[in-house]
Amino acid sequence: MAYRVVTKKFLNDARSICLFEFEAPLIARHAKAGQFVIFRLDEQGERVPVSVAGYDREKGTVSVMVQAAGRTTKMLHTVEQGDVISDIVGPLGRATEMEGLKKVCVVGGGVGCAIAYPIAKEMHEKGIEVTFIGGFRSADIVILKEELAEASDKLVICTDDGTYGRKGFTTDALRAEIEENIAESRPQFDRVIAIGPDIMMKFLAEVTRPYGISTIISLDPIMVDGTGMCGGCRVIVGGETKFACVDGPDFDAHQVDFDSLIKRAAFYKEEQDEAAAHICLMTGGKRVNA
Amino acid sequence: MPDMSLTKNPMPEQDPQVRVTNFDEVALGYTDEMAVAEAGRCLNCRHPLCVIGCPVSVRIPSFIQKIVEGDLDASYEILTSTNSLPAVCGRVCPQEKQCESQCIRGKKGESVAIGRLERYVADRHNAKKAKEAVPVPASNGHRVAVIGSGPSGLTCAGDLRKMGYDVTVFEAFHKSGGVLVYGIPQFRLPKEIVQTEIDNLIAMGVEIVNNAVIGKSETIDELFEDGFEAVYIASGAGLPQFLHIPGENLLGVYSANEILTRTNLMKAYRDDYDTPLKRLHNVAIIGGGNVAMDAARVAKRLGDGHVYITYRRGMEELPARKEEVEHAAAEGIEFQLLNNPVSIVGDENGRVVGLELIRQELGEPDEKGRRSPVPVEGSNWVLPCDAVIIAIGTSPNPLIRSTTPNLNVTRKGAIETDETGRTSREGVFCGGDAATGAATVILATGAGKIGAISIDDYIRSKT
Repeated sequence: MAYRVVTKKFLNDARSICLFEFEAPLIARHAKAGQFVIFRLDEQGERVPVSVAGYDREKGTVSVMVQAAGRTTKMLHTVEQGDVISDIVGPLGRATEMEGLKKVCVVGGGVGCAIAYPIAKEMHEKGIEVTFIGGFRSADIVILKEELAEASDKLVICTDDGTYGRKGFTTDALRAEIEENIAESRPQFDRVIAIGPDIMMKFLAEVTRPYGISTIISLDPIMVDGTGMCGGCRVIVGGETKFACVDGPDFDAHQVDFDSLIKRAAFYKEEQDEAAAHICLMTGGKRVNA
Repeated sequence: MPDMSLTKNPMPEQDPQVRVTNFDEVALGYTDEMAVAEAGRCLNCRHPLCVIGCPVSVRIPSFIQKIVEGDLDASYEILTSTNSLPAVCGRVCPQEKQCESQCIRGKKGESVAIGRLERYVADRHNAKKAKEAVPVPASNGHRVAVIGSGPSGLTCAGDLRKMGYDVTVFEAFHKSGGVLVYGIPQFRLPKEIVQTEIDNLIAMGVEIVNNAVIGKSETIDELFEDGFEAVYIASGAGLPQFLHIPGENLLGVYSANEILTRTNLMKAYRDDYDTPLKRLHNVAIIGGGNVAMDAARVAKRLGDGHVYITYRRGMEELPARKEEVEHAAAEGIEFQLLNNPVSIVGDENGRVVGLELIRQELGEPDEKGRRSPVPVEGSNWVLPCDAVIIAIGTSPNPLIRSTTPNLNVTRKGAIETDETGRTSREGVFCGGDAATGAATVILATGAGKIGAISIDDYIRSKT
């Protein structure tokens, strides 16, 4: 099997996040916002889960937005338009629930905005009032400015260093939005959907908890198969063990055991660092097969 | 006159000291001389009990007599008339509980080595056949979908194709073979053997679609909309069970499926593959079945410390194949039997440092004759280890049952079928572990054969 890259596009000045649109008719036919796919570059490649960023049912394509973080994602960034990778499987996991929602705040942190974008877009198209808060370290890594503006009724972008938009963290921006709703006696968000680094989601959950606002996060733990077979993506939710791949990836933020989640996510850190340090400097990560 | 020696011709094996450093096959297979000698031990009984012991009634004395006569083609023919995967079953069947347990020679001395002979015939056939073209049966114009490319799905697909059906197999993984590829390690079942079977099916005209998770990528109802007239579900039992004891989410606790999939499917044991696996040191396995033995032997090969099998009953009660237990013991796996896990102990960083066990005594036999273990109060102790692998069984994956309306399932999540493999949905058939819960390769292939016949009957009755 082979899956061709139809479009490749870097999404920010730092070229740290890249969009790939793949020919994958079976996935395109069924993908929904909130689901994920697993890709594998080639015979020696590992299986890497990544959220669905978009799909075109007519063209039969599915898009992902991937940050070059570890060895495999850095290698993916060297794949060009027209090239093929050996596998994509999906859509996996459950789609994000939108039933009955009227007003939501979607919060994305860094590359999490790429995952949050299709959710915001679909909600916006469904007539749900969407406030989008996007947080980035600095201006050079901001992605999807226009797309996010189009997919929301209100867009707040903040950067840690203040080089773009509001200075500060997403937690502060979210608190400000919630308080503003109260101050202006506008209806409160009936849901907050937060996607980003585990630590950010942990703090966002603490922002909404005192207000009693239902909060959903999308998890991205270590997994192999993505269909419930390995159990590597175990996460404790409300004291019960769940598999993020089949029971999630969305979970109630106020029930997730973040400490265990964060420890599990770092389990392979040494191996990941080691692997990332061994990317060929001559080929920039392209595997040279004998 | 049959050879009346009381013992089986021994199987040549890799030396235990050497094989714990590699993933090459442990059992090397009989030479022609050994096979003929062993075949000579068969009494060719008029009422062969071994056949009754075989779940798919392989005509054992007949295929063995053909070895004596030197007609391996005929021998293979007899084998495959009831078992599509002899090269696999010869290696992984629990013969000592099936055919060999019934062999008359076993009353005094050892039974005939039926499994080894089955493997011999299949291996010789495959080595020869690799050079021959596979005939492509003409199409009858009817399309059947098979879900899963494990032993049951492959068998059903092959039989249907031989009857003329256009068969498409949908496989969730990037590689075909199901549990034969992701579960059973290379040193017990070389993947090349599975690939040969798959290549044969493809050469016969079976289409295999990888990366297709039925229930997610496509539903069963959509398969019918797409023009398939019948569906055979062979999605296996891939969902790992956990114990629900304290500490199960500590770092270093794995399901056997995770360790085996990383190693066998993703080839984490090879430097040229990207999938990582933590360096293993002292490892405790929970469970005593074949999967537990596989996990232990993988851990031994990849690690540098002690590997323990912990099991709540005794040596006699281990559900694993006898040969696997013997191989594991020879490789230095340590058996901590009559010990039941209580909790997994972690350090301040959430990493495993030990497995708390409680000693057991065997009580009175239950209705099945199995003596149930009874905990000895106050006998708790901690086995120091830095990884725990849970191998207490698997159950059928819910992806299909949760996306197929009106498909009846049992209380344990298996898909309900009658003896012909029919489910509660018209045109939908099921067999293998998806219907029975985790069982054996031979039962799965047997179900695949029955499924193919039932689907043929069904489609004929409609046209």
